[in-house]
Amino acid sequence: MRGEVSFRSKSLSDYQLKMMFIMPTIILLIVMNIFPLLWSLVLSFSDYSAINSQAPDFIGTKNYIRIFSQKATWSYFVTTAYFVVLAVAAQFIIGFGLALLLNREFQGKGLITTLMLIPMMLSPVVVGLFWRFILDSSWGLFNYLLSLGPAVLHKITAALHFPSGIVSWFKDAASNARGIIWLTRPKAALFSLVIIDTWMWSPFMMLLSLAGLSAIPKYLYEAAEIDRASTWFKFRHITFPLVAPLLLIALLFRTMDAFKLFDLVYIATAGGPGSATETVSMNLYRRAFQDYNTGESCALAYILLIFIIALSNIYIKYLNKAKGNA
Amino acid sequence: MADVRVQNLTKRFDDVVAVKNLSLECKDREFMVFLGPSGCGKTTTLRSIAGLEHPDEGDIYIDNNQVNDLPPADRDVAFVFQFYALYPHMTVYDNMAFPLKAVKMPKPEIEQRIKEVSAVLRIERLLNRTPSKLSGGEMQRVALGRAMVRRPKVFLMDEPLTNLDAKLRSEMRAELKRLQKDIGATTIYVTHDQLEAMSMGDKIAVMNQGVAQQIGTPGEVYDHPASLFVASFVGSPAMNLLDCEYRQEDGKSVLIVGENDFILTISDELGKKIQDDATDSNLILGIRAEDVFVRDEAAEDTVQAEVYVVEPLGSENIIDLRIGENMLKVKTLPTVQPDIGQTIDMWLDKNRMHLFDKTTEKAIS
Repeated sequence: MRGEVSFRSKSLSDYQLKMMFIMPTIILLIVMNIFPLLWSLVLSFSDYSAINSQAPDFIGTKNYIRIFSQKATWSYFVTTAYFVVLAVAAQFIIGFGLALLLNREFQGKGLITTLMLIPMMLSPVVVGLFWRFILDSSWGLFNYLLSLGPAVLHKITAALHFPSGIVSWFKDAASNARGIIWLTRPKAALFSLVIIDTWMWSPFMMLLSLAGLSAIPKYLYEAAEIDRASTWFKFRHITFPLVAPLLLIALLFRTMDAFKLFDLVYIATAGGPGSATETVSMNLYRRAFQDYNTGESCALAYILLIFIIALSNIYIKYLNKAKGNA
Repeated sequence: MADVRVQNLTKRFDDVVAVKNLSLECKDREFMVFLGPSGCGKTTTLRSIAGLEHPDEGDIYIDNNQVNDLPPADRDVAFVFQFYALYPHMTVYDNMAFPLKAVKMPKPEIEQRIKEVSAVLRIERLLNRTPSKLSGGEMQRVALGRAMVRRPKVFLMDEPLTNLDAKLRSEMRAELKRLQKDIGATTIYVTHDQLEAMSMGDKIAVMNQGVAQQIGTPGEVYDHPASLFVASFVGSPAMNLLDCEYRQEDGKSVLIVGENDFILTISDELGKKIQDDATDSNLILGIRAEDVFVRDEAAEDTVQAEVYVVEPLGSENIIDLRIGENMLKVKTLPTVQPDIGQTIDMWLDKNRMHLFDKTTEKAIS
């Protein structure tokens, strides 16, 4: 005991020890996050350009006014909104569905769950590159798989001498599927991004849903079984309300993430064709690192930030409500 | 209301046989208690009756209908779980309404039923709270209420009082018994507490290692235990059990207790029964603490014993006596307060003693 006391008094006090652990994080946070955040706020009111050696001149709210007065800005927000709604909804449905399927005991459950999580662990750039190949309209795997069903049906119907209308319908369907142009057609391109993002991030929704589902005690289902609840009644009144808080957290993460989508777009479509997949983040990149309008890009970044904070608050409000009920 | 019949029920979990060839019957309006230590198969039997487990062998009848393959929902039974299993995200009202909403009962009727039941259980003021804001006793009542609003054929209860503190437990014991009589519901109740079983049950099934050791009224189980297990499990303090040997000495039937610690003369009638029924002459003598008496002076058939310890319980004293290597608990009036180490004379009520075959552990009677 005495040895310990003297050791302690010679070295750090509790306070110093705490500081020693906390300081690296605080310093890192200030240097990498808080200072840039504040500095970019200052720059957003200036005409600064990163490639000019001129010091930033204060120009008031001119950057903001310019951004808001550009029609294109709004279309970037609309594109982003489309993407967020479609991708997050798809990820929610698929992820939660997979979680419901996996939430039971069966052989190889661990292996299958791990395999399902792989897309999420890949780098978005790698995923973007993969999918550029997969979605290629002339030799991509995706179209081949889509055409497989109609092609097989075409062969079967032809072999069984079905009416020629049906046979040729399947033949057309197969060749149409093979020719779908994904990434380079305006409407399809955004949809392709939704597919890629869903492929990558549904596992995340699945993981959080699964955690929520497996936390529901089994005896509640037994009680409900005794209480004569149907499968749907059990889902609606027990499963769903009890996983809702976790689902909301997962949705919050995915929405925030989808809102600032950049890497996938940059690799898969680079915002094109035209500006069909130009998300706000993509446009931000263009303003900052292609046009070098640093001040303007800072302003846009702040607008994006305010959007995301507002959106998160809506979720958090619901989350607190859901938690309060549980 | 209905009667429940279990016939040759066997249930295995992997290699473990939880219930072994169990048969019993619970009559209409009867309060039946499954009593036994943990792992004796009592809960498994209850869950099989509820439909939460599927029997490996045997049949379960409710109201003379075989229900083996019916899901729990179609058996019209209510189940009160040990940990209550209240729906945590619903108010007390919604918890109680759940089984009624599940079968699409009209709202006014749901309201009416909940009003009635919550009045009986005195939980009206809790209806808007969630389970997390209830005490153990309150949760218990709500769980009971959720079962009662359904007016099921059979109530099944799995140790519903185990998680309450001692005082509340004894209160709820009386209330539950009264409630059962008032609504006249067939009830099967699982517990490991022999006091609960004795005080509440119309009939007790004492179980051990998946086998029903004895099924009978509390009186029968207490006064005529069918096996060594029942004798030792029912009653507090537990029945005194002493090794003894049956012998014929000078034409008289006697029991030599312990290592020749004392000798009891028994009737020839009982001696003949032992000769007929017992595997050999090695027996176990059982005597309850209230059937042993201490005396101030030696009389016929008294035995000298040393006072080992005195446990005063207020309304009575439990005196532990040592006779040779054997210990014997005696229940006395609180006024009897011998000193530790004192030699005392004691006497057994031979009409109330029990003999068990040491090999088969079955009672000889």
